[in-house]
Amino acid sequence: MVSEQLVDLSRLQFAATAMYHFLFVPLTLGMVWMLVIMESVYVMTGKVIYKDMTRFWGKLFGINFALGVTTGITLEFQFGTNWAYYSHYVGDIFGAPLAIEGLMAFFLESTFIGLFFFGWDRLSRQQHLLVTLLMAVGTNLSALWILIANGWMQNPVGAEFSFETMRMELTDFWAVIFNPVAQGKFVHTVSAGYVTGAMFVLSISAFYLLRGRDVEFAKRSFRIAAAFGFASICSVIVLGDESGYTVGEAQQTKLAAMEAMWETEPAPASFNLIAVPNEAEMKNDFAIHIPWVMGLIGTRSLDKELPGLNAIYAANRERVITGIEAVRLLEALRKAPKDETLRTEFAKVQADLGFGLLLKKYVRSMDKVTPELIDRAARDTLPKVAPLFWTFRIMVALGFAMLALFGLALWYSVKGDFAERRWLLRWALWFLPVPWIACEMGWFVAEYGRQPWTIYGVLPTHLSVSTLTVESLYGSLAGFVGFYTVLLIVEMYLMVRFARQGPGSLGTGRYLNEAHHAHA
Amino acid sequence: MIFDYPTLKLIWWLLVGVLLVGFAIMDGHDMGVGTLLPFVGRNDEERRVVINTVGPHWDGNQVWFITGGGAIFAAWPIVYATAFSGFYWAMLAVLWALFFRPVGFDYRSKIHNATWRSTWDWGLFIGGAVPPLIFGVAFGNLLQGVPFHFDDSLVPYYTGSFWGLLNPFALLAGVVSTAMITFHGAIYLAHRTEGDIQRRAVTAALIFGALMLLGFSAAGVWLAKGGFGYAITSVIDPAALPNPLSKTVAQQPGAWLTNYATAPLTMIVPALAYLGGIAALALVATRRTLAAFVASSFAIVGVIGTAGVSMFPFVMPSSTMPDASLTVWDAVSSQRTLGIMFWATLIFMPIIVLYTSWAYKVMAGKVTTAYIRENEHSAY
Repeated sequence: MVSEQLVDLSRLQFAATAMYHFLFVPLTLGMVWMLVIMESVYVMTGKVIYKDMTRFWGKLFGINFALGVTTGITLEFQFGTNWAYYSHYVGDIFGAPLAIEGLMAFFLESTFIGLFFFGWDRLSRQQHLLVTLLMAVGTNLSALWILIANGWMQNPVGAEFSFETMRMELTDFWAVIFNPVAQGKFVHTVSAGYVTGAMFVLSISAFYLLRGRDVEFAKRSFRIAAAFGFASICSVIVLGDESGYTVGEAQQTKLAAMEAMWETEPAPASFNLIAVPNEAEMKNDFAIHIPWVMGLIGTRSLDKELPGLNAIYAANRERVITGIEAVRLLEALRKAPKDETLRTEFAKVQADLGFGLLLKKYVRSMDKVTPELIDRAARDTLPKVAPLFWTFRIMVALGFAMLALFGLALWYSVKGDFAERRWLLRWALWFLPVPWIACEMGWFVAEYGRQPWTIYGVLPTHLSVSTLTVESLYGSLAGFVGFYTVLLIVEMYLMVRFARQGPGSLGTGRYLNEAHHAHA
Repeated sequence: MIFDYPTLKLIWWLLVGVLLVGFAIMDGHDMGVGTLLPFVGRNDEERRVVINTVGPHWDGNQVWFITGGGAIFAAWPIVYATAFSGFYWAMLAVLWALFFRPVGFDYRSKIHNATWRSTWDWGLFIGGAVPPLIFGVAFGNLLQGVPFHFDDSLVPYYTGSFWGLLNPFALLAGVVSTAMITFHGAIYLAHRTEGDIQRRAVTAALIFGALMLLGFSAAGVWLAKGGFGYAITSVIDPAALPNPLSKTVAQQPGAWLTNYATAPLTMIVPALAYLGGIAALALVATRRTLAAFVASSFAIVGVIGTAGVSMFPFVMPSSTMPDASLTVWDAVSSQRTLGIMFWATLIFMPIIVLYTSWAYKVMAGKVTTAYIRENEHSAY
């Protein structure tokens, strides 16, 4: 049996590399549209300051993009290196969006980012704008395909288990693409990226305005960021991920866990503003309720019920029991694949196969299963409540704080006197790290909340790993963390340096801190 | 057009080959340039010239690698699972070497400091030289068979070690691969530069081209006389549902030459390695660099194709449980997935080739020291 330590280390390595990657992705997703907006204004008005804006923010964009690419390479290959059984078991479905992501999106963004940086003197204005636009489309399409893949992990539609090939196989590709969970996640994630891009430009522009330098440049950048950021934060909140939460059991379980909702309440359920969850007794020791709100958020209705964790536990316990039968029949079928009776019997219970596989964490053979183990396997299907409850609340609180900031920034941009309101500028400056924290919290909720599954209801995490040694995992984890940390320090150093130097780094002769001074 | 399952399986063998060759030709030439960087660029300005020959293109080219990985995941999931987890440390070495490229290219010239720049130059060298070396070593091991097996649930177990990969034949294959990529990169560099750099690039091309042909011949002799090769000994049903445990396989020394005997036309493939290689050598020596680049691309098709054709239908033979060897027939995705991925590739590949060509056309011409001076703040 696979050691728990190996599973934990594999998870830790994936979490670390994915969350590292996601330090760079949101900024890319958002800034690329800001570049499109700035350059469009340049092409339409011919004002060279907008070209300088595109080039300067583009320079910072490039510094970030380099690490996005670096950390992204890992993710394309880590399923194979560290999640070999997962890769075999679901590659038939999961591999396709990843490959299409390469064909449709990565080639596009990566080819045109080269022309974005190097093509200024070789392309007409319109051609260069088209290049920037295609780069933006490419980055956003790549988010679409990776979230289709990720959405399928949360809500595995359009696929069926095949006992002959011992894996999940695709039955309906369109169902995978139009998976409501994937679509909800896509909108939520790219919007969060747009917010990150807007905050980045807003904060650094505020920094210039507070110093009273490069004022025209900073004012124009601030205004664009305020408008783009306000639209994006509204999209994050209003069209949020929530739309996906009524779909599929993974999302319902996650919702119940992040709301610390143990019991099924009569509709519309109340919202726990603050709670102290008690895992052992499966209840809250303390909670402050707001009536109705949960039902409205979760179901967009007043009459639909949301299942509580205790109800989910009871239902899953039944599925584990059916799952035991499914595992037994599968083992028999592998030995006698032509047996028609076995086939019919298996077809009846195969939907719960994944729940039977949960027991493989504890026993090799289904003959050794005890009622206590069934309880444990069913209990495993509920993610830990407290981490989800709090990370979710931090994310939401930060989201609303950003809504207030962008709202005021836009309001004073329209009024025209934002540059004099130093409290607003300071607020914008200090909020620079906030969207990153919110993004990482969001990922944590989405992926930690999916446990104990890699594919919800289909494949348990502990079966998904590669059969590597624990020593290998310690080595590779240390390597990744060490390498990434050095790279992050280098990136931050360059980012801070060029952000401080400002548009002068372009060497155009139009700004403070001209490039040749910096070299002296 | 609906293809039957056996045809789709064959098509995907070809398409994986196309993606690998595409990777070697496109990402290969900028890896070759990276390998040569510290040697053909003698001062900072020259090195910037070298880097900027691939500056606008390396990122797009690297996607051949990413897409190749994704396509193997989608089309041959069990190969993706078994090979990448089995070759764990080799794979990580490739990834970590590749880490140097995006940051090396983008960060190097942003700071005026000799140590900073020289560090990234060597990073770009590692990012250029290590991946082809390891891919060559991996192919060398595939040809010999790899120690892995499956349990009843098809969980792959790899029983070899990283150091076991570094055996003499595999190292020879590594030399062939590195020489091939460096040869190709040197030709590209000669095409995009002039003067001293071009002269050094031509010299490098002549050395590595000769080394590639010598190594390739040595590997061929080794295969013919050496002790490896595998053959399927049970009846193959190409239309069957993929199950790598449903056949019997025997180790047969010399079996890797069987395909050339049964289908003599396939000898075109190794011949292409020689014809392309020799033509590229002659053309680059006379400074017909663009034609030389085309010729070395054909040489790459020949070298990689030879490995593929020799092993066909094997993709990843197992030395410890030969029956579990992965082949074109039993390591594949479902018919539906192969079909969808075929259409996706057929639609997007021409579009990719089209806009990539446009990008090269926009950036065409020699990169010179004058260009670097004019673009002090925007060039790499």
